[in-house]
Amino acid sequence: MAQRIGAHTVRLERPPSVAAHAGLAGKKEREGPLGACFDKTFEDARFGKKTWEQAEQTLLQNALTLAAGKLPRTCPQPEAIFAGDLQNQCTASSFAFKESGLPFCGLYGACSTMALTLAMAALSVEAGAFRAAAAVTGSHFCTAERQFRKPLEYGGQRAPTAQWTVTGAGAAILAANGGPGNPRITHLHFGTITDLGVTDGANMGAAMAPAAARTIADLLRDTDTTPRDYDLILTGDLGFVGGALLRELLRREGFDLTETHNDCGMMIYDREKQDVHAGGSGCGCSASVLCSHIFDEMRRGRYRRILFAATGALLSATSALQGASIPGIAHAVVIESGERMTDR
Amino acid sequence: MAISKEDYAALARRYAPPSPLWKDCAAAFLCGGTICALSQLALALLQQAGADEETGRLLVMIGLIAGTAVCTALGVFDKLAKHAGAGTAVPITGFANAVVSPALESKSEGFVLGTAAQMFSIAGPVIVFGCGSAAVWGLVYFLWKKAGG
Repeated sequence: MAQRIGAHTVRLERPPSVAAHAGLAGKKEREGPLGACFDKTFEDARFGKKTWEQAEQTLLQNALTLAAGKLPRTCPQPEAIFAGDLQNQCTASSFAFKESGLPFCGLYGACSTMALTLAMAALSVEAGAFRAAAAVTGSHFCTAERQFRKPLEYGGQRAPTAQWTVTGAGAAILAANGGPGNPRITHLHFGTITDLGVTDGANMGAAMAPAAARTIADLLRDTDTTPRDYDLILTGDLGFVGGALLRELLRREGFDLTETHNDCGMMIYDREKQDVHAGGSGCGCSASVLCSHIFDEMRRGRYRRILFAATGALLSATSALQGASIPGIAHAVVIESGERMTDR
Repeated sequence: MAISKEDYAALARRYAPPSPLWKDCAAAFLCGGTICALSQLALALLQQAGADEETGRLLVMIGLIAGTAVCTALGVFDKLAKHAGAGTAVPITGFANAVVSPALESKSEGFVLGTAAQMFSIAGPVIVFGCGSAAVWGLVYFLWKKAGG
């Protein structure tokens, strides 16, 4: 049974395994430092579809199909889908899986969605509701731009703090008995909404960093662990500005992340060559990086214990126009491939 | 978090890299200046070809709008504007791009409710304030003339 430890963290007594996973990305991400790590990349951002929205659906479908194709024969196929994206009403996910014939749970956590879907899938598998469940998340640069910002061909300049929405998706299939050697979800932590008054939509990193700091600090206190107990503390898409703010905020709380922190938004693009300003963003950023590069490195033994905290900016185009500040959230999961962490 | 909103705003400002002001200004000056110089050259050529000044100005403006529309549709304009900034935004090229880009993008929602409805979603305020201020100043000018100015 799942058990609450400390104030907010949940410990999974029978941690579900990540039995299979796949990360997909677009052309710009392929040209980045992690280009060779993705399971599949696409040259055409429309994937041969008529609209950008349909292209994003295809991306999500492909992620799940690829992951399911990698499942070992002994492992059951997913019996439920937990999925989310950035489109209004989560339509990319619901349209993508309308033909799946599986129970579907659409989740919105903005860019924190990969951690949210993983946590919900892990809880349901651990509780015995499903033998296997899929967590799928993705974003598309073109749908995000037109929904949250300006038309694609509009000629404007981006602020140095602005980030580039990743065209990418990730799918992880969690199973109760996924076999040995698989990474396992051992703890989860649903974030607390944190709003320190940032209103600048071109500085999402600053808007989300306090939520990430809060979640990471709470989780470390709840589990009575320190940053050194993890091989990697991985945030979703804080980028270079938000990443630096997070480390500073946590330093003030007494946690030194200098050696263990990295951020998917800082990893996915080459900041100098790819003109992405403060790094990558979008829920496909952490989804594609985690479900390809990170899980692969865990299987290779490079990382044995990871704290994955994906951050989301819970704004809408309307709330931004009305001048409301941007509430941030960070959901987290602890993923282990070695011996189980000793916590309280 | 232990930090107050005010302290965090100051911290966030400190961590935000500044815009390269001088580089942006130079690029805007060069690109904007080039567009204006080329337009002036086109006007001179048109006048030499026999057009009067008013017709010449009109033709140059139509040329700038049509050129921008083509560049926007080819996906070139935003790549230039990224560097040029105000250099492409301030001349009529910026206005043309602000009309064409949402119109193109909303094609997927249909011609009426997509392209036509969204065409002025960015340029709309410019038209509203442009026409509004023209009406106000027109009235002022009218009253001034009436008063014998």
